[in-house]
Amino acid sequence: MTEHSASDYQAPHIVPVSTYVLVFLALMLGTAVTTWVAYIDLGAWNTVVALTIAVCKMLLVVLFFMHVKYHPGLTRIVIIGAFFWLGIMITLTCSDELTRHWEIYPRGWSAGAPHIARLLF
Amino acid sequence: MSTVTAELHDVPTEPAVNYLNASYGIKSWLLTLDHKRIGLLYLASITLMFIVGGVAATLMRLHLVEPQGALFEPETYNKMFSTHGIIMVFFFLVPSIPATLGNFLIPLMIGARDVAFPKLNLMSWYIFITGAALALYGTISGGVDTGWTFYPPYSSLYSQTHVVVVALGIFIAGFSSILTGLNFLVTIHKMRCPGMTWFRLPLFIWALYATSLIFVLGTPVIAITIFLLALERLLHVGIFDPAIGGDPLLFQHLFWFYSHPAVYIMILPGMGVISELVTAFSRKKIFGYSFVAFSSLSIAVISFIVWGHHMFVTGQSIYAGLVFSVLSFLVAIPSAVKVFNWTATLYRGSISYQAPMLYALGFVGLFTIGGLTGLFLASLATDVHLNGTYFIVAHFHYIMVGGAVMAYLGGIHFWWPKISGRMYPDMWARISAAIVFLGFNLTFFPQFMLGYLGMPRRYAVYPAEFQVLNVLSSAGASILGVGYVIPLVYLAWSMRYGPVAGPNPWKAKGLEWTIPSPPPTENFEEIPIVTEDAYNYPAIEAPDYPEVPGVARV
Amino acid sequence: MWIFLATEILFFGGMFTAYVVYRSLHLPSFILGSHELLVKFGAMNTGVLICSSLTMALAIRTAQTGGSKGTIIFWLLLTMALGAAFLAIKLRFEWYRDYVEGLIPGVSWLSGGTHTPGVQMFMCFYFFMTGLHALHMVVGLGILTVLVIMTARARFSPEYYAPLEISGLYWHFVDIVWIFLFPLLYLIGGRYPGS
Repeated sequence: MTEHSASDYQAPHIVPVSTYVLVFLALMLGTAVTTWVAYIDLGAWNTVVALTIAVCKMLLVVLFFMHVKYHPGLTRIVIIGAFFWLGIMITLTCSDELTRHWEIYPRGWSAGAPHIARLLF
Repeated sequence: MSTVTAELHDVPTEPAVNYLNASYGIKSWLLTLDHKRIGLLYLASITLMFIVGGVAATLMRLHLVEPQGALFEPETYNKMFSTHGIIMVFFFLVPSIPATLGNFLIPLMIGARDVAFPKLNLMSWYIFITGAALALYGTISGGVDTGWTFYPPYSSLYSQTHVVVVALGIFIAGFSSILTGLNFLVTIHKMRCPGMTWFRLPLFIWALYATSLIFVLGTPVIAITIFLLALERLLHVGIFDPAIGGDPLLFQHLFWFYSHPAVYIMILPGMGVISELVTAFSRKKIFGYSFVAFSSLSIAVISFIVWGHHMFVTGQSIYAGLVFSVLSFLVAIPSAVKVFNWTATLYRGSISYQAPMLYALGFVGLFTIGGLTGLFLASLATDVHLNGTYFIVAHFHYIMVGGAVMAYLGGIHFWWPKISGRMYPDMWARISAAIVFLGFNLTFFPQFMLGYLGMPRRYAVYPAEFQVLNVLSSAGASILGVGYVIPLVYLAWSMRYGPVAGPNPWKAKGLEWTIPSPPPTENFEEIPIVTEDAYNYPAIEAPDYPEVPGVARV
Repeated sequence: MWIFLATEILFFGGMFTAYVVYRSLHLPSFILGSHELLVKFGAMNTGVLICSSLTMALAIRTAQTGGSKGTIIFWLLLTMALGAAFLAIKLRFEWYRDYVEGLIPGVSWLSGGTHTPGVQMFMCFYFFMTGLHALHMVVGLGILTVLVIMTARARFSPEYYAPLEISGLYWHFVDIVWIFLFPLLYLIGGRYPGS
């Protein structure tokens, strides 16, 4: 409707079944790995690994199942824009919520560093 | 076409078949897919909501004539200002210019036959009136007393009023905004006629494009916020509840993440209208077209990173306060760019003072005042003193009423001949513009002083020393009300008895002025091909410099 | 549809923002709360949804390549079945169990022991987020039903399959939300001994 009508008059790219199946298997593998890693003690890295795998899975779905790999341009700007805006919301909200209890003056902004470290790890 | 021939053919006529009479009957209106009719449906709905919100405001100002309150118990007064805020913000200002003038004009200005998704457009209107009906129902059954900002824990745990119903109304109306924004974005991207490049678009389109970006990115967040608030209210426990570790300030973050960009939703389209009015009535190209276009986009973008300035005194961390304060100063810059460019457009223009221009000039002055007072509020130290007082009330009314509403009225008057095919009586229009300007300043300037002197907002009673200023403000409000009623009368009158306007009574540039008034349903007989820039007015010394027919030029 | 999905990103994003904030501020409670959830069902549901994304993609591909409407309907129905299975697992094995154990805030909450106020906050997030997601699944099932009817009426061809494509985008989006919900809700703090 939006991105498939006026501007792209090329024939739509038909993804082979094998690609879909491969992506599917990669997604299932990612799920298995995420679950398996959760049972291993990596400390704070558990979260990092889990989120990294989640982002990779998302990229696979977006690029292949949602055909974004074959539709560069405005579609990608829309997606990236939306995530960027979400990032703004999260970052600036956290800039308040996580700094509430920072000690202020006279030791300067570096007084907050141990607080950040404690919150994230 | 030479001047002589133009005069001979200059008797304006109304086309026999146009979008207004192409089909008859209420079904043809309620099931229409014509963007122009949908624009008029919105016009009717939001005028109704404006009247409701205006009644609430009138009652508030009448009550505030006495220091101990003249009309209501404090609980009722709380409901009054909440209703006024909710109805005016969510059901009048947010849809006003985009849904009425935007829907009507965007396809005309870009040379299209309709918007990208006409059925979605109609659905947007139905969603809007569903939300509005729900909110009105909630208001009539007792209203809410939380203020339009619905802060928890009062709104979630303690208020005994119809929070969920009204909030649900807002939630539903939000979807109307999202769909309208989506429609506009796709229309402007995909349906411009040949030759209508991005930089030949009227600035009104740029402004609405920026507004649509805000619609799409911001409105979902208020939707989820209201959803979470409603859940907390229904379950008596939720994520803003301090008893389980929740933070009421998180609500404020999520709420203002939308509501601050929302105020730019309210003003950006108005700025777009002003760009059109200033060029048409000084018969000059806009000064610095790309600056004005990009300033619309910058305002839309920067508006999303300043929301914390509403929370400087509610418990936000001082570090965040610093960040938001700096960013809030930044957002003034693109707005100032616009004001400078409008002023530069006026310079050495051939200015005429018809009613739309009076509204536009009023806008420039009042918006400047409102914007400058915003800077006082962006500065942390002064905000501590001024937050929660009438200074804030005056600040945002200068922008929303002195700015957005005046732009809206100016736009309605400017495009009224196109919408209805008739001209309204210009003398009455100028008189009511003057009344609005006078009444507005009398209402809200004393409020700056009240706020500076310390009178808090949302208070049903106040110390006696503030009475004089309050009475002045209420007097102004009554004048302002008169100024709003008069256009309703003469605009309605003109639809039947006004002189026929013809395609281009203002001799303005723009694709919408090349088609008959009122336009036919399909807008253009042939899709136009654009070869010139926007606002391509002839040099003012040119000999065939036209007069506006039937109206004396001041 | 992409613009609509952008709005959905911001819609769910509001809750993700709240989640990020509270998890940062109350990590121990969130870990405790997360351990009340059963990973096997979360993982199973993730697998189910990934399968449904595959079947959806195959349904669209069948239309693109001019396959019979019977095949398209087959893939669509399979997608719906998987979606329904997701909801069934959720309702019967997770939420019903939570109800019985007194873990649903506002509906059946039993304090005491591991059911601290902080855990109640986590469970609020769990139910709000998965509930909103489930609501989107239900809407998705409705959309799929409409698609099945449209396919049965031979509305689609290799030249016109846009409703399938954009509904597919919606369905994949709902899958992506779950891909993030799974680690963020079920795997907080790991499941190793001593976590």
